Amino acid sequence: MEPLRPVSRRAQLALGAAFFVVFFALWALATFGGAIDSMFLKDPLYTLVTGYKLFAEFNFIRDVGVTIWRVLGGFVIAALIGVPLGIVMGAYKPVEAFFEPFVSFARYLPASAFIPLLILWAGVGETQKLAVIFIGSVFQIVLMVAVIVGSTRRELVEAAYTLGASGRDIVKRVLLPGAGPQIAEALRLVLGWAWTYVIVAELVGSSSGIGYMIMDSQRLLDTGQMIFGIFCIGVIGLASDLTFKWANQRLYPWAF
Amino acid sequence: MGFLAIEGLSRVFPGVRGGAPTRALEKTDLAVEDNDFICLLGPSGCGKSTLLRIVAGLDSPSTGRVMLDGAPVTAPGPDRGMVFQSYTLFPWLTIEQNILFGARSTQAKAADLISRVGLKGFENHYPKMLSGGMQQRTALARALANDPKILLLDEPFGALDHQTRALMQELLLGIWEADRKTVLFVTHDIDEAIFMANRVAVMSARPGRIKAIVPIDLQHPRHYTLKTTREFSDYKALLTEQIRTEAMKAAQMEEVSP
Repeated sequence: MEPLRPVSRRAQLALGAAFFVVFFALWALATFGGAIDSMFLKDPLYTLVTGYKLFAEFNFIRDVGVTIWRVLGGFVIAALIGVPLGIVMGAYKPVEAFFEPFVSFARYLPASAFIPLLILWAGVGETQKLAVIFIGSVFQIVLMVAVIVGSTRRELVEAAYTLGASGRDIVKRVLLPGAGPQIAEALRLVLGWAWTYVIVAELVGSSSGIGYMIMDSQRLLDTGQMIFGIFCIGVIGLASDLTFKWANQRLYPWAF
Repeated sequence: MGFLAIEGLSRVFPGVRGGAPTRALEKTDLAVEDNDFICLLGPSGCGKSTLLRIVAGLDSPSTGRVMLDGAPVTAPGPDRGMVFQSYTLFPWLTIEQNILFGARSTQAKAADLISRVGLKGFENHYPKMLSGGMQQRTALARALANDPKILLLDEPFGALDHQTRALMQELLLGIWEADRKTVLFVTHDIDEAIFMANRVAVMSARPGRIKAIVPIDLQHPRHYTLKTTREFSDYKALLTEQIRTEAMKAAQMEEVSP
């Protein structure tokens, strides 16, 4: 191995898949071998069968759907408010000076700590779930987008000015298109975090969703179901990540 | 009173953290005629880029003013096209779209310039797919397509290798000989200044000011073989002497200042 030397696409895929194999092999070894009591950790096969039952008998697909809907709902609302605000902050320094200190403060308010308050304000319905994800995402998006837009190369802006661009042109024709790929990348990261908030939101005061299923399984001490639920989140997360990456490469061919 | 008049222009940058202010440009006057090709020649840190940026409207003078065609310059505008030393093509636009960026650029002008700077076949490439020389040719075409009254060039070939640089000089000179645009060209390369300019304005080290204006009486069209002629080396000897003293002053100053 040499530092920073790239690997071929095939080797990359094979290596990536290999670790999954290693992971499941170790899990199987630990559980089938009896090193870990099945009360604490079920074996892979049992987990898989439980997963199948969840879908076949308990309509788990509905829970998965509800959770995805909540994540996307909260995330999209946060992006619709956060991205434009971040762009304006990045472009216009007085606006940034006005919002930035508060947003930086609000960013550290843990979304999960708001759950009791949000239940009080909005009940245990969908509004509360969306609100948790919204609070968890929006401040991060605002700050990241503001930094991205603000760090546009000064020379590009100056070049545009010498070509006769107006202030509005600079925002529309230089800052926005230039920041596109990085904004998309920031949204991809925040979407990942949104998944953490949704599960926390569903662990408390919920009657549907993956988080609810995990909570429910705890009562029955069914570690197989819990692990399967967690795995589902991982698989959905990976899928959304790949979709985002694929879309970015399509949208911004010049950046890749 | 020239086409472009630089009158009593100076620029002082405020001191950083209570330090002494930097006098980048001492009171400077310069008259540029229509169709003139002037090179601002000086060692690094002599304020030549500051002067150019003020003419472009990207920086404001501490005293004095810049008049272009009778109107004072206060902000950047399409009448002063600029090519920068760093690569400033918009990476999200293709070569053709970059050249069409300026409001006064048209499809026809873009097509014409693309062929003149030798970028036919690369219209739909993104800038990162092109070499440095090609990117600067695009930047030149982009500035020209917007039909400016004056072309400002801030060491546009500074980041290119020697051979590419020589070719770019010929290309730019060819365009100037054909169109007779007014050009203000900043460089620290003596050969480049002599080869391109009608007049070379030699700048002194910090604080910068124009210490001499040397007319270059070499015939147009100029060919690269000019660089090996006797007249050329005479100019070179003259300018080298002028610049050397300034470069030494600048180097000493840098040693003294923290």
